[in-house]
Amino acid sequence: MNEEPAKPCACSAAPKKTSRRDFLLATGFGLNAIAGAMIGIPLVGYLFSSFFKPNKLEKISLGQVDAFPEGKTRFASYKNPMHREWDGQTADIPCWVRRIQGNDFQVFAINCTHLGCPVRWFEESKLFMCPCHGGAFYEDGGHAAGPPPRGLYTYEVKVENGELFIMGGVIPNLSNQNV
Amino acid sequence: MNKLIHAARGVFLWVDDRLHLTKLYESTAGHHVPQSSGSWFYVFGSATLLCFMIQIATGILLAMVYVPSAAEAYTTLEYLTFHQYLGWFLRGVHYWGSNFMVGIMLLHMTQVFLFGAYKYPREITWITGVVLMVLTLGLAFTGQVMRFDEDAYWGLGIGVAIMGRVPLLGEQLVNMMLGGPIIASDTLSRFFALHVFVLPGGILALVSIHLRMVLTKGINEYPQPGMLVRRESYDKEYAAIIKKEGVPFFPKAISKDLVAAAVVIIGILACATFFGPKGPLGPPNPLQIDTLPRPDFYFLWIFAIAALMPDWMESVALLGGPVIIGIILFALPFFNGTGEKSWRRRPIAVLTVILTYVSLGLLTYLGHTSPWSPDMNAWRSAHTPKKFLEGRSPLELQGSLVIQSMQCRNCHAIDGIGGQRGPDLADVGARLTKDQLVRQVIQGGGNMPAYGKNLTPDQVDAVVAYMVSLRTPGVAAARDSSQPGRPPME
Repeated sequence: MNEEPAKPCACSAAPKKTSRRDFLLATGFGLNAIAGAMIGIPLVGYLFSSFFKPNKLEKISLGQVDAFPEGKTRFASYKNPMHREWDGQTADIPCWVRRIQGNDFQVFAINCTHLGCPVRWFEESKLFMCPCHGGAFYEDGGHAAGPPPRGLYTYEVKVENGELFIMGGVIPNLSNQNV
Repeated sequence: MNKLIHAARGVFLWVDDRLHLTKLYESTAGHHVPQSSGSWFYVFGSATLLCFMIQIATGILLAMVYVPSAAEAYTTLEYLTFHQYLGWFLRGVHYWGSNFMVGIMLLHMTQVFLFGAYKYPREITWITGVVLMVLTLGLAFTGQVMRFDEDAYWGLGIGVAIMGRVPLLGEQLVNMMLGGPIIASDTLSRFFALHVFVLPGGILALVSIHLRMVLTKGINEYPQPGMLVRRESYDKEYAAIIKKEGVPFFPKAISKDLVAAAVVIIGILACATFFGPKGPLGPPNPLQIDTLPRPDFYFLWIFAIAALMPDWMESVALLGGPVIIGIILFALPFFNGTGEKSWRRRPIAVLTVILTYVSLGLLTYLGHTSPWSPDMNAWRSAHTPKKFLEGRSPLELQGSLVIQSMQCRNCHAIDGIGGQRGPDLADVGARLTKDQLVRQVIQGGGNMPAYGKNLTPDQVDAVVAYMVSLRTPGVAAARDSSQPGRPPME
């Protein structure tokens, strides 16, 4: 640190010039604050867009009611209503359809309520079993054993003109329990 | 000749004058370190960084072929593995490089902890290191999503289920993580962006702070028992050490780092050559639910915790656990910033390390074997040893059939054959009375589903008769202790 020798300075005699510099500096900061906000707000908005867009469920057909025998639980699938061309196989979403009798249906999400792994149906013991942590569910989706905090997630079901519809479009998890 | 040397010297001096190379050397590679730090225990930091550089190099090359689109990723992975010239090798190096990086990073952290290197005045070195660990684990997790196969798909599902447990913001966080309400192409794209831009960028930035701190605050001297760190005097003591036995890091203290570097590189290459890359497993087809989702080994311990924790504390532990661990790690240099450095006089530190490693090791082993998962195919494939069928009555044999066809074997082994979820049935007749068995089958409980609705009374009779017969020859059936006079029921 070598101190500069004190030399006569024009600035000390003319405080007005300093204030112009200050003004420029303030302008520079101010303009950049505005420009920064102009670029920053859209970036943040883009990143957090999901925070402002509520999930919307859509009516999805699972096919004719008669494809599902009464008293049985069957594997079914549907296309993600928001799917895009480049989704590939991930556009297909599986689910379990239980036809109790007539138009009385239960449609379960594939995801275990514990950590989302795909549950498998066992017709003989009438149980859904999960391959991850040993969760098990009864035929009606009720919790039977293991760590899951609740029974299987069910879709809202509608039967119209002999066709089975569900309201779907989100991956069910504990934050949207009613799905 | 002399002229030539003179000219070369002139050129070098000119370059040095313009680029300040000597000064750069003196303040970086040539900075003085305590001679004692040229130790085999001090090689893990540079080895971790080396792994990261290997990851960058192989990652860039893989990204030249890989297509981060849900529709194409799996095909390009197969192409990389089976068709691209040396593609399998690069995938292997990248995969094993990540394993080595996580492993050596843990060794580095353990060494720093045991040698008290996080204490005054190296708090920020430690904290940046903790953040680097989080970023590295982030790279490991996003990396297994890049291997976009069935495990990646269901691994994302596990991420969703954990995020969905966050109060109030759960749904938004899930959508932000997935880029929409369902796992789809946007999910892979944003994990790709994280894996190749955000996280490596963060690591580069933090490594530069981390290394800068090593230069400004010096590398930790090899701790001697009884040499206490005091805020008032440590800086002077360290300066004295440097003055007394300081040597330039390059070339005097780097030799062991160099040997370790070569060993690490050869180790990664050997693993890549002999074991090859991991996967890809089956395609990321959600309809293919005959799957056994498992994370890569560095997250198996979390997978095990999720199975073994009581469910009432699960959400709290899954969400609060990382926060608590983070707070402890961040606060460590502040509540334990002075005093003894040597692990020989820090029994709690040593115990902490042993306990952590034993827990992580056991949980990883359990995560690997997953005894809590039903064996989905046992009811079709697990046979019943002959000795558990010989001499049985028709009713008992019928019971054995029911046990098989009702998928009991998925959770219950007989003599070790079958699922491990529930107790082995080989000696169940000696443990439970007939009444207890009936109750257990019909009502379930203790983590067993109730079968009352799915079994006819005849089937229950047969199953229970068979189970009473399951015990070591010569051992009596279990008796009801409340009615000692009553003979055991066969």
